Amino acid sequence: MTCKDFLALLDDLIDDEVSPNMRTELQTHLGRCGHCEVVLNTTRKTIEIYRSHEIYDLPTDLRERLHAAIMSRCKKGC
Amino acid sequence: MPTIQSIAGQLEPHPDVALVARVRDGDVSAYDTLVRKYERQLFRIAQHITQNREDAEDVMQDAFLKAYEKLEQFQGNSKFYTWLVRIAVNESLMRLRKRRTGRMVSIDEDIETDEGSVPRDLADWAPDPEQNYGQAELAEILRKTIQGLPPGFRIVFVLRDVEGLSTEETAETLGLSVPAVKSRLLRARLQLRERLSRYFHKKKGLMETGIVK
Repeated sequence: MTCKDFLALLDDLIDDEVSPNMRTELQTHLGRCGHCEVVLNTTRKTIEIYRSHEIYDLPTDLRERLHAAIMSRCKKGC
Repeated sequence: MPTIQSIAGQLEPHPDVALVARVRDGDVSAYDTLVRKYERQLFRIAQHITQNREDAEDVMQDAFLKAYEKLEQFQGNSKFYTWLVRIAVNESLMRLRKRRTGRMVSIDEDIETDEGSVPRDLADWAPDPEQNYGQAELAEILRKTIQGLPPGFRIVFVLRDVEGLSTEETAETLGLSVPAVKSRLLRARLQLRERLSRYFHKKKGLMETGIVK
């Protein structure tokens, strides 16, 4: 397996969508390719960091104001 | 092949189904519950696409109102949330196009870019890269980095990886094929990884790339 082959299957590996045989092949490649290991680990961290950090905060007062506006228009039949 | 969980999931109706039915019967308080449940997500998605706070506020309101008006059209083939997100994405794109008159804003054209597809920055990250930055500083880095992605990549990444839609739901929501979503997702992940590496890799790596002089 080349690094290009590995990269093509990177998402499937991250999303746990590879067959057991393919997983073994990918692991074997990882065992001898430090670069692909870094790419895999840092891509996983990239996803995790975006998942765990709220980068567009909706403050409570704004949330309440928007919520009230939506519901009042719905009650009027929009 | 369906897993045991997915089969069980099909048997047990999603809690939104009952709420939607109550709204259809005229119970506005059930819609209040649905709005509360999803308003944060919708605001976030709208802000990611429009990159403008006022637009995101408008999109969030308009999307919930439109969904309320069109609830009769909701078939129930997809989840209520996915249907709602589709409305919010369309509203967001309309706003974005209005702001960028004359500039093409499209999520269905394939973007020709090789950035990130051949990883260049191969230095590992510090064990807890977030620790080196304050909350506000980190949020700014994450915002700036994701804003630099082409809209078609950004939206796929946000729906699939941040908001947790499946690949199929993302494809359905955006009117893209599953292979197109997969291809964009890989490139979005790799581009973000490459760009974040500038901030998060170990000090040695920073010296090597010349970012820290």
